[in-house]
Amino acid sequence: MSLLWRLIRRDLQLMAGRPGEWLMPLMFFLLVAILLPFAIGPEPRLLARLAPGLLWVGALLASLMPVSGLFALDAADGTLDQLAVRGIATETLATARMLALWIGFGLPLLLAAPLAAMLLNLEADVLLKLLPGLAAGTLGLSALAVVAASVTLGARGGGGLVALLVVPLAIPVLLFGSRPMEPGAPGLALASSLLLAAVAPFAAGAALRAGRG
Amino acid sequence: MPHLPFIVAAYTVTLGGLGALLMLSWRRMKRAERALDGEP
Amino acid sequence: MAAPDFHALANPLRFQRLAVALTPWLLALGLGFLAVGLGIGLFVAPPDYLQGETVRILYVHVPSAWFAMGGYLGMMLASLAAMIWKHPLASLSVRAIAPVGATFAAICLVTGSIWGRPTWGTWWVWDGRLTSMLVLFLLYLGVIALIHLHDDKARGLKMAGVLAVVGSINLPIIKFSVEWWNTLHQPASIRLSGSSIHPDMLTPLMFSAVGFLLLFAALVFMRMRALIAEQRLEVRSLRRVARAG
Repeated sequence: MSLLWRLIRRDLQLMAGRPGEWLMPLMFFLLVAILLPFAIGPEPRLLARLAPGLLWVGALLASLMPVSGLFALDAADGTLDQLAVRGIATETLATARMLALWIGFGLPLLLAAPLAAMLLNLEADVLLKLLPGLAAGTLGLSALAVVAASVTLGARGGGGLVALLVVPLAIPVLLFGSRPMEPGAPGLALASSLLLAAVAPFAAGAALRAGRG
Repeated sequence: MPHLPFIVAAYTVTLGGLGALLMLSWRRMKRAERALDGEP
Repeated sequence: MAAPDFHALANPLRFQRLAVALTPWLLALGLGFLAVGLGIGLFVAPPDYLQGETVRILYVHVPSAWFAMGGYLGMMLASLAAMIWKHPLASLSVRAIAPVGATFAAICLVTGSIWGRPTWGTWWVWDGRLTSMLVLFLLYLGVIALIHLHDDKARGLKMAGVLAVVGSINLPIIKFSVEWWNTLHQPASIRLSGSSIHPDMLTPLMFSAVGFLLLFAALVFMRMRALIAEQRLEVRSLRRVARAG
């Protein structure tokens, strides 16, 4: 347990040292919210109606940004091999990275969500129902980011490939999370997120191992 | 709306798609196996 | 790259012999069943009470859906076999199945779109089944992209295998979430008039489905033969280079 926590702390410390890593996805998320009124007009009721879905799309797209760097640095400077030599399972590393990403990506997003909601004229009671779904959903998005990163390590195709891999798998979380007023939806969003979080360490672990051997 | 053009279109797409895939797979297989058997 | 392992080569040789024997049968029977099924479906089977003649598109749309889904499951099983038993043919079969399944999914989507136009007036309908098939098609594209975008082909295959397993685990949840989303918004749905299929339609559908299945198998076997032969050619040319140097 303490190994996991040490790995997470290391990731968070590295992220704190490189503010661009968590600031840019946050910026992207807010830019998506700012973009909508320019595209469809400033009519408040229309914006409010589209806001939950759009905030979720923004969160999903923003989650794609950290993917390319998630394992690339550790692979390049030999950290992955070092961890393997020390007997640390790739699954443990993947879990730590996923949880660190949830904190480093999800937390700023949650804090920025009310600002984005204000820009889109989203009502407070809807926002309050949206936030828990976003909190749970960012765990699922982090899980998918870790899987996508492990499986595209060394591949060409860039952001387009990552989007192709993440979008289909993110659909359940997106469908459930973006409808906070539907009965049962937040619970289903949490459930699908947890499933992704349960599968991701094993999938990413297997991929990282396959990439090494 | 007349039904026939849509039925024809759907069946053409299906048989065309399957046929193209069959032909491409057949050609690739034959080419590879011929090259394999051709040399010692 | 390591020297070729002769034990690993022995197995693909046996498979190759089996595949060579089976291929003509699978092709002949597959085309036969397909011809019978579609022949009956087009000319003998009755039109639908509500939809009329366009219901005949069902005989190509439904089987392609079934085996697009079955193909992805096959890829998942092959990937698990590759990961657990390290069987060399298993990961190769992921590469064999992927484009075939993707084509079947594409045929399903296009025929579904064509079916929807005269029935519901639009070229696309976000109904549960078509939407799920679209997501499945994207999952296929992801597997194919991973196979080809990795410069190291063997590594790409392993990554594609991981995606196939993750995708398969998620497929039921994706289908469930799409159905849930669908019942919320209730758009038009491409369905038959009744909840159960008319028995006169069942016969051509079954013949067509068997034809699709046999042709799917034929295609996978042909691709396996091609991939194995290409692999052996590459080993042979590498051996030549090693001997010359």
